[in-house]
Amino acid sequence: MAKKYNNVLPGFNLSLGFTIFYLSLIVLIPLSAAFIKTSTLNLHEFWVAVASPRVVASYKLTFGASLIGASINAVFGLLTAWVLTRYTFPGKRIIDALVDLPFALPTAVAGIALTAIYAPNGWIGGMLAPHGIKVAFTPIGVVIALTFIGLPFVVRTVQPILEDLEAETEEAAASLGANRWQTFTKIIFPAIAPALLTGFSLAFARAIGEYGSVIFIAGNMPMVSEITPLIIITKLEQYDYAGATAVAVVMLVISFILLLGINGLQWWNSRRNSPAI
Amino acid sequence: MSIEIRNVKKNFGDFSALNDVTLDVPSGELVALLGPSGCGKTTLLRIIAGLEAPDAGSIHFHGKDTTERDVRERQVGFVFQHYALFRHMNVFENVAFGLRVRPKETRPSDAEIKRRVHELLELVQLDWLADRYPPQLSGGQRQRIALARALAVEPKVLLLDEPFGALDAKVRKELRRWLRRLHDELHITSVFVTHDQEEALEVADRIVVMNKGKVEQIGTPQEVYDNPATPYVYNFLGNVNQFKSNVLKGEASIGGLSIKLEKENQQADGAALAYIRPHDIDVQRIKSGSAPAFEAKVNYIHAIGPLVRLELQQLGQDAIIEAELTQERFRELGLNTGEQVFIYPRNVRVFVDNTASA
Repeated sequence: MAKKYNNVLPGFNLSLGFTIFYLSLIVLIPLSAAFIKTSTLNLHEFWVAVASPRVVASYKLTFGASLIGASINAVFGLLTAWVLTRYTFPGKRIIDALVDLPFALPTAVAGIALTAIYAPNGWIGGMLAPHGIKVAFTPIGVVIALTFIGLPFVVRTVQPILEDLEAETEEAAASLGANRWQTFTKIIFPAIAPALLTGFSLAFARAIGEYGSVIFIAGNMPMVSEITPLIIITKLEQYDYAGATAVAVVMLVISFILLLGINGLQWWNSRRNSPAI
Repeated sequence: MSIEIRNVKKNFGDFSALNDVTLDVPSGELVALLGPSGCGKTTLLRIIAGLEAPDAGSIHFHGKDTTERDVRERQVGFVFQHYALFRHMNVFENVAFGLRVRPKETRPSDAEIKRRVHELLELVQLDWLADRYPPQLSGGQRQRIALARALAVEPKVLLLDEPFGALDAKVRKELRRWLRRLHDELHITSVFVTHDQEEALEVADRIVVMNKGKVEQIGTPQEVYDNPATPYVYNFLGNVNQFKSNVLKGEASIGGLSIKLEKENQQADGAALAYIRPHDIDVQRIKSGSAPAFEAKVNYIHAIGPLVRLELQQLGQDAIIEAELTQERFRELGLNTGEQVFIYPRNVRVFVDNTASA
């Protein structure tokens, strides 16, 4: 006899089937194509494609700059979210809207704008140049571009959690004698840490894949300011499709491992802090 | 430690939450701030705690002005209506928090903290929950933990904001008895806010009845219940029948009757409001003696519980009069709806009617 499930929401089978089909079509099949294309290379060719010094330098730059950019965003995105939720001031709505600009702006526009400002003859670049600091066309420029595009992720994930924080718990902490710093580190931060970590990993993931806003400001000097997505494009333009997908696969695997690690951290944190009820 | 509140005022925009409140809380007493929502009682409590600053006036703890002192330095224990426990800490850490955040010089050792926390958890009878997290506890347990946490810092004053407001009726009753017992053990000066008159009457040593940002009356539960100072207090504490009345030479006319007023209840001649509590009404089938009585019809009988509630309508009038009889008396009378009876008011309180146009 068939089991009868009395579920309030109908259509479980249909919706699950569709979800799996859809995810396969949109995500899994294109990704597996990268692996299949790569498999046309033998091991030696693969190694040459993914481990040449120029490519390795680009990994370092891409992941390093993304990590720095996401970390900067975690700190200042948190600050921005804090200011936007905790205080009222004239122009708050405008600033709130500004946060979303990096989402909305075409990345190429962002790239050109950043380059124009940070180039040695730009506003900020011009001020820094006399001090011997070069931003555009160096790894610093890459970090700036990746910071720019990652900001909304942190702000928008932390903001709702901050808004939901009960003012009473902070008042309770204060009445128990905790100073402001203790209240923040012991009460507020543990509550927002999971959201902050999520925002951080989203900003990080986005930065790893970023192309448009970086290539203008990076200058794309091999071994110095060349990001991995650009290597892939370059290989494609040279009709080295298998080489391009090989690098892509390496990026994919590293990104996947990193995100898995962050998710693991998230899981561990939530297990530690809010046990099952 | 006693608390003195002097001429405290607080406005939120155009709304006057507290309007010149002066109040003394004697050392070691359990005082209830009683009033409907929006009467300013919670604001007053938060000002005592230092969570809110008064616009004018001052707060003194044991004669020392603490108006400008930060909540962190006031040494008050504050218990919130919705517990405000730290969700990411277990019960032990919640209670230990106040000790752990102390500066190094005054912070007790880990062993001492452990001892103190377990002592407090035993006091609130929840030692067995030390490892649990707040979401795993029932509302009553959470509030007891919140109380233990507040007591951990050895506060000079304990402030409770509608501590039982979010709990269901049975737990509420249990907890308020328990709070009373706890207070009798610790004798810490306590102020609690409530809108539940029954709670205030049962638990408090002294009740402060508030209305629209002002103190209406201060007194023991007995005093405020038996001798309400204003019509507002009369209305707020318990059920009451209200009559339009006129006072003339020590006699109040209510619904066509003339009732002689007691000496302590004299009012100037003129329009007045008269109040009779439902349990201060006697019902008879036949008119006897010379005492003034209303003639009324029984509209409705509600006979559940130890008291029988009658809804009576005075003949020739619209006014509904509520009366409460004991089951015994009710059986003796054998009343049915629709019957005509005589009502004897036993205790009438009269106040000058300020609302009546002269």
